[in-house]
Amino acid sequence: MNVSAIEIINGKYWANDGWVKFESIRIIDGIITAINSDDPIEPLCVIDAKGGIVCPGLFDLNVALREPGYARNGNIDSETRAAAAAGVTQLCCTPDSQPVNDTKAVTKLIKEQANLSANCEVLPLGALTKALKGEQLSAHASLKEAGCVALSNGAAPISNLLVAQRCFEYAKTQNMPVFMTPMEKDLYEGCMHEGAVSTAIGLKGIPAIAETIAVAQLLQLAKATGVQLHLSQISCAESIQLIAEAKAAGTRVSADVAIVNLLYTHESVKGFNSHFHCIPPLRTEQDRQALLEGLKSGAIDAICSAHLPWEAAEKRMPFVETAVGMSSIESLIPAAVKLNENGELKLEVFLKAMTENPRNILHKEQNTIETGATANITVIDTEQKWVVEQQQTYSKGDNTMFYNEEVKGRVIATLCNGRLTHNTQDLNSKNNC
Amino acid sequence: MESEIQLTPSGRLKHFLSVSGLSRALLTEILDTAESFIEVGERNIRKVPLLRGKTVVNLFFEPSTRTRSTFELAAKRLSADVLNLDISTSATSKGESLSDMLENLEAMASDMFVVRHSQSGAAHFIAESVTPNVAIVNAGDGWHAHPTQAMLDMLTIRQHKGSFEGLKVAIVGDILHSRVARSQIRALNTLGVAEVRVIAPNTLLPNDVECLGVKRFTQMEDGLKDLDVIIMLRLQKERMQGGLLPSEQEYYRLYGLNQQKLAMAKPDAIVMHPGPINRGVEISSDVADGPQSVILNQVTNGIAIRMAVMSMAMSGQTETNTSRKEALE
Amino acid sequence: MTEQIDVATLIAKMAQDIETQMQTRGISTYEIVGIHSGGVWIAQQLRQALKREQAVGEINISFYRDDFTRVGLHPQVSPSNLPFVIDNTHIVLVDDVLMSGRTVRAAMNELFDYGRPASIQFAVLIDINQRELPIAPSVVGTVMALATDERVKLIGPEDLHVNIQKIAIQDN
Repeated sequence: MNVSAIEIINGKYWANDGWVKFESIRIIDGIITAINSDDPIEPLCVIDAKGGIVCPGLFDLNVALREPGYARNGNIDSETRAAAAAGVTQLCCTPDSQPVNDTKAVTKLIKEQANLSANCEVLPLGALTKALKGEQLSAHASLKEAGCVALSNGAAPISNLLVAQRCFEYAKTQNMPVFMTPMEKDLYEGCMHEGAVSTAIGLKGIPAIAETIAVAQLLQLAKATGVQLHLSQISCAESIQLIAEAKAAGTRVSADVAIVNLLYTHESVKGFNSHFHCIPPLRTEQDRQALLEGLKSGAIDAICSAHLPWEAAEKRMPFVETAVGMSSIESLIPAAVKLNENGELKLEVFLKAMTENPRNILHKEQNTIETGATANITVIDTEQKWVVEQQQTYSKGDNTMFYNEEVKGRVIATLCNGRLTHNTQDLNSKNNC
Repeated sequence: MESEIQLTPSGRLKHFLSVSGLSRALLTEILDTAESFIEVGERNIRKVPLLRGKTVVNLFFEPSTRTRSTFELAAKRLSADVLNLDISTSATSKGESLSDMLENLEAMASDMFVVRHSQSGAAHFIAESVTPNVAIVNAGDGWHAHPTQAMLDMLTIRQHKGSFEGLKVAIVGDILHSRVARSQIRALNTLGVAEVRVIAPNTLLPNDVECLGVKRFTQMEDGLKDLDVIIMLRLQKERMQGGLLPSEQEYYRLYGLNQQKLAMAKPDAIVMHPGPINRGVEISSDVADGPQSVILNQVTNGIAIRMAVMSMAMSGQTETNTSRKEALE
Repeated sequence: MTEQIDVATLIAKMAQDIETQMQTRGISTYEIVGIHSGGVWIAQQLRQALKREQAVGEINISFYRDDFTRVGLHPQVSPSNLPFVIDNTHIVLVDDVLMSGRTVRAAMNELFDYGRPASIQFAVLIDINQRELPIAPSVVGTVMALATDERVKLIGPEDLHVNIQKIAIQDN
């Protein structure tokens, strides 16, 4: 028995523009040593992919870990465990904790706790401004030293364009990318998309221009300051057009979309279902289709979960008063399978948007499935049916899009930097990996 | 969907949250039932024992003397026991959550909640997630719906015009913020009028207002042509402060109803207003008090409609609770 | 049950009985109130037979039924209309069919909400005699027995006649 060996069998992976079947992928001491080896060994455990998919570990650009400060709604331990169960090996955590991640101390706290939990690698996003108030610069250099990989406005609008310009210039000085959720403060009042549904049910809506105007401004600022800009959670069709044009003109910009906007529209809010109270809001079917197209054309580079768990009580109020956001990380793979089966987004495009592209945006080395590489691998059973309910998920939040619904597609194992962080099978019953 | 939670499997009303999703037959049944309750108000003893022994709780999170007193009168005429809760001084201001407070009330054997709340969707939230076994009647939630007001307006129209067929109806005023307008538009379309128009400046109309099934008019003179029914909405002072209108005077000049403008509609057109009226802002006194105004009828109909809706919802809710108990045995 | 019921003959008999009873009790003025809708038709026939000027009163008992929560409201019946004072008045309450007695109980409750009658007597066209409450008519057109799956119905308002219908038995 080779106690430092893990073997994945019976699946396929994407290589050279196609799905390649494999019999076994052997990992010893965290390194992929052989694919389809003829050499039999008795590994510590065997993971049967059941004809499913093996891909590089997912990289999630936007996850709220809720620690420090939001203990009732989640913490680094529970939410990174949820990430591992979702097949995520690296994630960027948002700075909107309490206190806000605008100092070295908070960044270090997050990194230490993440290391202790050892469920996945956590790459913090530092706050662009002090306390995310959108008024004064935070210590970009210290944040970078402490381990932040980029600076973010944390889905809070910047108070004015001069402040934004200064932030961009300073971030550029420190060579830090900026992650901005495009929000034009004066127009961004409301709790859902402004359109036929908000008119009919009488809720204040956020018009598309609240985002597209901000996108236009941020693109111009990025061009003028030379900073590397990443636009977070795009929701409008017109935003995509602006981004594509800017890219064509040579601006350093990338963009991501939240998984929930790829599956749902403002119609989901019709019965005042507070699980779908999200910012940025779910918009129209035309916007949803444009977002899918944007992924295929490359105008949008990445998909993120925008994971934001809340305890049940926070969603149990009249719609406007409920907390904003969705516990979405463990819904990523079922969502991907659904989009693939509907013919709306091929699985390989989804996976690229959650593996290769995010790593390019942050200039990280790629995780690959080849001999000699460190094992950062996600194993997905695309046929397994399960119900997204409390007992079946690790996140503390129940505010999921598939609440109590049966879905198809589940991560059965995750290896992060060579270690097994999630495993639903145990084919060697003597051993517990 | 919104409407599903309002009906029992056999199609009877068990909550009255919104006109949305209710069939023409059901709306007509509400109107007919209300007609038969009007006579009760004319007797010496203005009571029938339909809700005897039942407890109706008025939960008004937004203050309102008129609506609350009509609901109270309606419940008492049905022989119910009525509890009035003034929410500003009760638990929620002490930090108790809305759902906890309501569950406590349910535990005290309340049979019906009449709810008025400043947030759209509040009544739905309560009916769906908090106390599904208590009949919920929506007395107005945010901008979303005010179904009893819309139904009493429909009753008034039917009393004066006979039927809804072929009618051209306009609603004038702040449609954007109006739950009354949204419910009226839904009711008018379900009951089959020929045309529903909205007349207001663009700042007071939702961008997508046509999706509600109406024709948009920003020039009042164009909108008044050929009308059978004119419904005037109250203009709130906040609209001037919120930058949506320059002044009351300009609003009255462009969108107020006076004798001269009224003459542009059909000669037998009726003028309605859900109240309270702002004389000289939406409507001139001579029109409000004039022969074409049916504003006072709307008040009497209010009690009858609320009696109808409360008794229908209580009987539907009792049917549901009885079958639930039987299923458990 | 194949016995033919001649409504007109029964009305004449009932009118005679009412007159006799009023004389016996020493009542000189009284009002007739019919229960919707069959009772109203019978009441109108009795008014003609008794050659009375005063119109009959009509009561709709739907708001006083004891089965409201099971069967809901029936809005299509016309509202009650009592064109005379109830206080201190002698009333003859009229209906087409008397079975359990619950309709009469509801009608009496409603009348008492209008005022305090001096007396109420009950005149009914057909008594099926399957009482569930202690109700006693003082004037009866005819007594009839029905099988458990039969119901009797008065058809009107023109050309009044009686039908016997078979019904499906419901488990209550």
